[in-house]
Formats: sequence, structure tokens, C-alpha cells
Amino acid sequence: MKNLVKLLVGAGVLAAASSVASAATLDDVKSRGTLRCGVNTGLAGFASPNNQGQWTGFDVDLCRAVAAAVLGDPDKVNYTPTNATERFTALQSGEIDLLARNTTWTLSRDTKLGFNFAGVNYYDGQGFMINAKNLEGITSALQLSGASVCVQGGTTTELNLADYFRANNMEYNPVVFQALEEVNAAYESGRCDVYTTDQSGLYSIRLQLAAPDDHVVLPEIISKEPLGPAVRQGDDQWLDIVKWTLNAMIIAEELGITQANVEEMANTSTNPEVRRILGKEEGSTLGADLGLPNDWVVNIIKGVGNYGEVFERNIGSGSPLKIARGLNALWSKGGIMYAPPIR
Amino acid sequence: MQEHDMTFVRAEMINAQTAPVSERGVLRWLRTNLLSTPLDIVLTVIGVLLVIAFVPPLLNWAFIDAQWTGPDRSVCATIAQGGVQPEGWSGACWAFVNSKFEQFMYGRYSFDERWRVNLVAAIFVLLFIPLLMPNAPYKALNAVLFFFGVPVIAFFLLVGGYFGLPYVPTQQWGGLLVTLVISFVGIAVSLPMGIVLALGRRSKMPIVKMVCVVFIEIVRGVPLVTVLFMASVMLPLFLPAGMTFDRLLRALVGVALFASAYMAEVIRGGLQAIPKGQYEGADSLGLGYWQKMILIVLPQALKLVIPGIVNTFIGLFKDTSLVYIIGMFDLLGIVRQNFSDATWASPQTPMSGLIFAGFVFWIFCFGMSRYSIYMERRLDTGHSR
Repeated sequence: MKNLVKLLVGAGVLAAASSVASAATLDDVKSRGTLRCGVNTGLAGFASPNNQGQWTGFDVDLCRAVAAAVLGDPDKVNYTPTNATERFTALQSGEIDLLARNTTWTLSRDTKLGFNFAGVNYYDGQGFMINAKNLEGITSALQLSGASVCVQGGTTTELNLADYFRANNMEYNPVVFQALEEVNAAYESGRCDVYTTDQSGLYSIRLQLAAPDDHVVLPEIISKEPLGPAVRQGDDQWLDIVKWTLNAMIIAEELGITQANVEEMANTSTNPEVRRILGKEEGSTLGADLGLPNDWVVNIIKGVGNYGEVFERNIGSGSPLKIARGLNALWSKGGIMYAPPIR
Repeated sequence: MQEHDMTFVRAEMINAQTAPVSERGVLRWLRTNLLSTPLDIVLTVIGVLLVIAFVPPLLNWAFIDAQWTGPDRSVCATIAQGGVQPEGWSGACWAFVNSKFEQFMYGRYSFDERWRVNLVAAIFVLLFIPLLMPNAPYKALNAVLFFFGVPVIAFFLLVGGYFGLPYVPTQQWGGLLVTLVISFVGIAVSLPMGIVLALGRRSKMPIVKMVCVVFIEIVRGVPLVTVLFMASVMLPLFLPAGMTFDRLLRALVGVALFASAYMAEVIRGGLQAIPKGQYEGADSLGLGYWQKMILIVLPQALKLVIPGIVNTFIGLFKDTSLVYIIGMFDLLGIVRQNFSDATWASPQTPMSGLIFAGFVFWIFCFGMSRYSIYMERRLDTGHSR
């Protein structure tokens, strides 16, 4: 039975992959007038509804940026909330054009699932949170030998945890739950000393604890979780558009182009790099080569802002989550966010 | 031993006296209901202690210390949690429900088009209430309008795209709107379909019978979760590229089929409870199959299984929450989704949201249950010979 299901899924994936591969997503999006974007069903800071019911968040802003680049209007996005299993089918079957759902870039997803990742918009990694009041003096995960650890079952998190403790010759006692809410409740009630999940998640969980200031996120990151937008394999033009939308946002931060000053910079800047990116250089066909209008970067920045602004607004200092830039700072400021030049 | 030599015979009736204090009023009620045996006394004391222990803190949490309005999480969090409340404060965060209320009702339905939902709700209520009242006139017309008119009007108004109304994709629907649409369709489809399936299962025609049995047993044997999951994860892979079924439609079809299968078995129970004499009596009057069923058997059978039918309806109403599997958000789904809004994340938010959702579900289910009891009493005529 299991094999039969596998076979069916395999056949389905093949059929989907072969039939969709040739379709030009850009033309579809343009003729439809909206971008169909797969987002998380709800993850604080990355994709969640605001008071008016509109989608907001770090991943949502990437969808909005692509819509701004392609259609000139960041609001022309149709969001499809997807859960962890559904997200891949939705992309394979063509139900969505772009998957921006804190998805980790791995080799097997790139090859077996038939996706292409258009870059990394958030470098995440698994971390640990402890109650500093109960565990005084602990400043490193290497001191956690013998601790009981709350973890969500069936995730890579659980496997990474086992690897880490074994590699460092430490004992631990896993306390496993299926739903994230249960893990929260168990940690809050003191059933375990340590909470482990992706670091971005730890910050949002901390907001829901009774005494957030008692809890600290330890500095160690024990896994690489580069999260990025994914598109279907076989449509290179569309991959380029998503890839360079993300790159343009990063470069805009490097050059100090912000939502507030982009118009002014486009009109007055004499810096050739700025002029080139904003489509003001004579004879430049950078936008047209992508299949986009020449002022595509102006539209992106006007619509959502540069990478730094998007980060701070949704998950950084401008949000309740207050996640530090860390690895996600620009390469020139101690992080690893680095975009190839637009020229 | 001395013999009594006097006899006493009362010559007049003694005046009636009031019962002893312990046998009347509050005391008697207390004694017989709460303190009649040692076990009762122990249970009563425990009960009183539990009430004292839980009710005041609960009222305190839900009403007195609760926060009713506010712009963001700060009103529902203590200073240490990054809010404005004093240390040790604990109260319901109704401000969260308050500011998200419209979203809980309509989901992400376009702002400017929400009057359409309200209009559908108004038409629905206007036609539904007289239908529920046994004395209201024009029952037949009312029923036809309700069961055939309302779905058509609701479709055109809610979906739009015709008569100059902007199209509102079902992905934007959510909240109570989705809960009610799915359960109304489920209920409206499952009752007639359940009757047909139940009759089919008891039919003497082998093919009809087999089809009905196979349908019922397969549908009852597979969890609804599995079917919804297959419909959302597997189905799209087999369809030609770009061809997708509307998610709401998938949910509607799945829920309606399931409810029909369960309903068929409930109704079959009623059909089997009708004495054979009723069938034979109808036959001897020369009634055909449909006349026999519609005039004699079904009215009695359905009356018998009202509790079972309503039970299925209530189960169906609550099952609508399963549509979260296909990425739709009913009332519970949208409440839970909003827990992820960092502007409102606080220790009190999840509890407040879930209690609100539970309360709304309870109102609807309790309403259905009370109405069914009322109908049972009203129809309870046959067995009082």
C-alpha cells in the first residue's frame, strides 16, 4: 500500500512537473493580473493576519515585492495559506506561482521535489531557550548536559537535537509533543528545562510566556536553516525574476535606498550604481532583460522597502519580536547577506 | 401489670399543623437534595468547595480583570511581559477578540463587499425563523424559498462576479461565514440524500441496494480528515496543470457526502423501528411505494430519530473545523491563526480566543439542541394511547 501511494505520488509529481515546466509563469501572472503566493498558515512575523485581516510579515513582503516588480502594484497578490505538507503540492501543481513560506533550502528539495530556490531571505538555525531564573549561570548550550528538552515531534528539530547532544557527549531527556501549543504549555509549566526550535520561533514563543524577561535564548545555533523563496523548476525566467527581486532589496539596503527616499534618489542621484539599479542610466536594459519594466526596483522599494526595512518592520526592532539582525545583517556589517551586483 | 382503664377517643378533628421545620421549605430541600446521606454530605461539601475555589477566580478572570478594548498586546500583558498591567495581573484579553471580531466573522472577505454577507445573513434569518415556527403561514412557499431560493441568492451575492458585483474568491472567505456556509450546505444536502440512501439500502432492488450499501460503508469507513487531505495534497497532482478545484467546493463536497452517509444510517434506524403492520397497512390501502413512504412511513420514522438527526447536525457543525487541513479557516481556524499575530501575542491571548470560539460554537449547538427538544415534544402524539 505504502509503495502504491509512493508510486502514485511519484507519477503525479512527474506528470505535474512535465506539464508545468514549459509554462511561462511571467506571462500567466501578467495576464491574470495577480501573483499567487503560497505563505504560512500563520507564523508570527513571517506571515500572519493583522487587525484588518490583511496578510503581513517578512515572507508576505517578499510576495508583495515580486508583485510590485512584475505588476507594479504590491497589493496584487492572492495569498494561499499552506501547511507544511501542502506547500510542495501547491507549488508542483501550479496552484501557486511562488512559495514564500519559511522553507529550508536543501538538496533533496532542489532535486527530488523539482523546485528551484531563488536565494535565502532569512538565515535561521535551531537554538535553545532556557529559564534563566531556574538555571542560573548557564550561558551556553554546552552546559546543558542532563537537561530535559521540550521539542516538537516529527520535525528535523528533533533529529538535530539528538545529533547535537550525541556529538558533544551529553545526556538529555527529550519531552516530545506533537503540537506547538503543547510544547509551549509544557515549557511554561516547567516540565522541561530547555525549549528548542528555530531561533526565529523562540523569539515569538517568548512573547507568549508569562515572564519573558526570565527566559534567554542561548547563543548556539546547532543547525543551518536557510529559508528562501522557491519556484518550480523549468522556468528560468521566473526564477531570475524572484532571485533578482530579493537581490535588489538587499542591494538597495547597501546603497541606502529606502521606501522614503527612492523617488528622490531616482531623480537626483548621481551615483552611477544607484542610477543603474533604479533604471535611470541611458540605454540600460537591465529590467527589460528580465522581462520587467525598467523601473522595477523603484516599484519594489516603493512598495515594500529595502531588505533592512522589511526585516525591522516585521521581525526586527520595529516589531514585538525584536529579533536581532545577526547572520542576516549585510556582509559589510557582520552578517552574511550578500547579493551579486546588478549590472 | 396494670391495665389501662381509661380509653381516649378524640371527638373532633385536630387542626392541621404546619410540617416540622425540617420537613418544609429550604431546609427540606437542602436535606433531601444535598444532605440526605453521609455520602451526599461529603459530595456536597466537596462541591461547595470546588465552586468557591473556581467560580470567583473565573468571574474575576473573565469579567472583572478582563481587558475589553485596546490597540495591541500591551493591554493584555504585565509590565514584565512588555505591557502596562501590574505584576501578577491575569485577565481575559477580550481586546484581542474585539479588534479581530470582524475577521472572526468574515475572514478576509473584502471590506467593501461585506454588506453582501450581511444581506445574505438577513435574508437567511428572515426566511429561517418563520420556517421554524410551526404556526407561521405559507409553510410550503417559505420552504421552497428557503431551500431553493436562498442557496441561489447566497451563491450570487457571496461569490459575485455577476450583475456588477466584484468577484470575491473563496480563499478570502473565512471565520463564521465559512463555518455557516459549510454546515448549511452539509445539513441541507445530507437530510434528503440520507433519506434516499436509507430507503435505497432497504430496497428490494439488488443494484440500488448494493450501490447504497457500498457508498455508505466506504464513506463511513474513511476518516473525513483523510479525504480532505487527499483532496488537497494528492488530487492537484493528478489534474492537468493549472486546473484546480475551488477549496471551498472540495470541503463542501466532502462534508456533504460524509454527513449523508451518517444521516442514512440514522434514518435507517428509524425505518426499522416502524412496525411491519404500518407497511402492510399502507400496501393494503393500495398505496404505491413513494406514497407509502412519504405518507405513512417516513413521517413516523423521522419523528422517532429526531435526536439522532440533530446529533448528526451538531457533529457536522463542529466538524467544519477540519477544513483547516485544506487551508481554509473556519471560526476556530481563523482564531488560532490570529494567535500568530505578533502584535497580539501574550500569555492571555490564546485562552481568550479559544473561549470566544467555544462560546460561539456552543450558542449554535445549544440552539439546535433546544429546538429539537421542542419539536420532539410537539410531535410526540403517537404513543399516548
